[in-house]
Amino acid sequence: MSAKKKAADDSRAAVDSSIDQESLDPKRRRLLVGGMSVAGGLGAGALGVSMLASMSPSARAKAAGAPVEADISKLAPGQLLTVEWRGKPVWIVRRTADALASLENVIDQLSDPDSNEEMQPDYAKNATRAIKDEYLVVVGICTHLGCSPTYRPDLAPADLGSDWEGGFFCPCHGSKFDYAGRVYAGVPAPTNLEIPPYMYLDDNRILIGEDEGVAA
Amino acid sequence: MSSNDTGSEVGKKSGLMNWIDDRFPLTKMLEEHVTKYYAPKNFNFWYYFGALSLMVLIIQIVTGIFLTMNYKPDGDLAFKSVEYIMRDVNYGWLIRYMHSTGASMFFVVVYLHMFRALLYGSYKKPRELLWIFGMLIYVCLMAEAFMGYLLPWGQMSYWGAQVIISLFGAIPFGIGDAVTLWLKGDYIVSDATLNRFFALHVIAVPLVLIGLVVAHILALHEVGSNNPDGVDIKAHKNAAGIPKDGIPFHPYYTVKDLFGACVFLLVFFAIVFFAPEMGGYFLEHANFVPADPLKTPEHIAPVWYFTPFYAILRAVPDKLMGVMAMGAAILVLFFLPWIDRNPIRSIRYRSLAYKVLLFTFAIAFIVLGYFGMQAPTPAGTIISRICSVIYFGFFVGLFFISKAEKTKPVPERVTS
Repeated sequence: MSAKKKAADDSRAAVDSSIDQESLDPKRRRLLVGGMSVAGGLGAGALGVSMLASMSPSARAKAAGAPVEADISKLAPGQLLTVEWRGKPVWIVRRTADALASLENVIDQLSDPDSNEEMQPDYAKNATRAIKDEYLVVVGICTHLGCSPTYRPDLAPADLGSDWEGGFFCPCHGSKFDYAGRVYAGVPAPTNLEIPPYMYLDDNRILIGEDEGVAA
Repeated sequence: MSSNDTGSEVGKKSGLMNWIDDRFPLTKMLEEHVTKYYAPKNFNFWYYFGALSLMVLIIQIVTGIFLTMNYKPDGDLAFKSVEYIMRDVNYGWLIRYMHSTGASMFFVVVYLHMFRALLYGSYKKPRELLWIFGMLIYVCLMAEAFMGYLLPWGQMSYWGAQVIISLFGAIPFGIGDAVTLWLKGDYIVSDATLNRFFALHVIAVPLVLIGLVVAHILALHEVGSNNPDGVDIKAHKNAAGIPKDGIPFHPYYTVKDLFGACVFLLVFFAIVFFAPEMGGYFLEHANFVPADPLKTPEHIAPVWYFTPFYAILRAVPDKLMGVMAMGAAILVLFFLPWIDRNPIRSIRYRSLAYKVLLFTFAIAFIVLGYFGMQAPTPAGTIISRICSVIYFGFFVGLFFISKAEKTKPVPERVTS
């Protein structure tokens, strides 16, 4: 081992002495090394940026994120309609009077009853989190880890307990939401469900993903 | 020149071997790593799993190459192409089941291999870097398994990927959302995501993995193998400079490992032929349904090898803290060589306190793995929380116990 190391040292010494030290210009050498490093670094950086940027959503993927229209004329009270926007499920729920009443009853159990977190456009930052009280429009993706919760309008089911007033339950990690998509306290999901930007085109048609710049 | 010298030691060397050795250090490399690599003579059962890991890696690479010949990384075609492999490609079922079984068996042997390191202190000085290379291999393996699981494009593939990518969304200040968008390449897990996972699964990560495996073996052969007694066999050498307790890797351990490989392959192919889904543990039932972005399966669970960490994630009620706890559970292992401050390597000569600590840790890990597979229940969450505390408690306890524990005298030479 040590013999090997000594041999290596000897050979390096031999190489060093073979270079005429006088002819070396350290300033010139430093400039060359520095220049090469900067130029090479810039090149590698530019290449790296383009590689990484190529992984962002493409122009086509962005175009596919256009707004979608939903017809709510056939929606019965209590019924849930799922439409696809940007590949995500958006729910439109026609809330019954009981469902709207339950929003008041569960306030003590919620972690953000007044929707203070920015999970909705300003026009949905109200008691029912909707433009029109009767219709909830909400992105059906759990704010915990992106599962799609299930709609649970049944009262006091065995698995959710006797005080369950209806809402949404995420089977993945057990997060619970009320009829306005507001999250219960003490569950993994950190925030209320997201309300997408939307607008009424007329009484029976909702446009999801567009609100004429109101939410911007 | 030097190769000619060693050649005369070996005895008769063929003309071809001489010709190669004058141009490439073949004999030198073979001697360094195989025929004259002296491993301790007292290896036991636990020492099979390193060689077996290497064998499973080779199985995965070979079967993977043949799978790519028929697989299509396309959101519309992926699921069907896997069914095509299973039904129409000659022996496609065999190749695919070997690959899927190989993924699970890889983790079986790697977990046993890692537990061996814990038992006999194989991560301690001078093997810290060897351990870190091993941990990097483990992390790469998890990335490889996670990205590979998306490729069949079934419901569990899809929603599993959705959940894991969302973990990055926990990063605050809006960075998290930008990162998840970038990782997915779309607003949801989509064709773009599938394509890049395919690229990473078949090219990028395997290249890194193979590089790390080479580094792991080179580091091992530089410092020499540890053994169940945890004593340094290089401390006692004979006149020729060969450790007295060492035996050449070939033929002694090649034959031993070959026997282990036979037994392992019996088990491996029993699974491939008779229980490739392993009751939903190796291939989850929900993955036989094509991916549907609008409908989450009733119960999402990762494959068994991720569930201990998944249980830790779920045990924490806060999203960001949960993600951090899960990351920390893996990260802390990297620091094991410095957390364990006791110079004695083998569990044979350590205190009862250490033994209790290690086995409680192992049990907590298994219990976490079990609850990570189950749907969330209040009782399960409480047990997961207790086991998460035990998991991290192991490292805290080890840090203090290792400095103060009463150890037994370590023998000079290996026993038996």
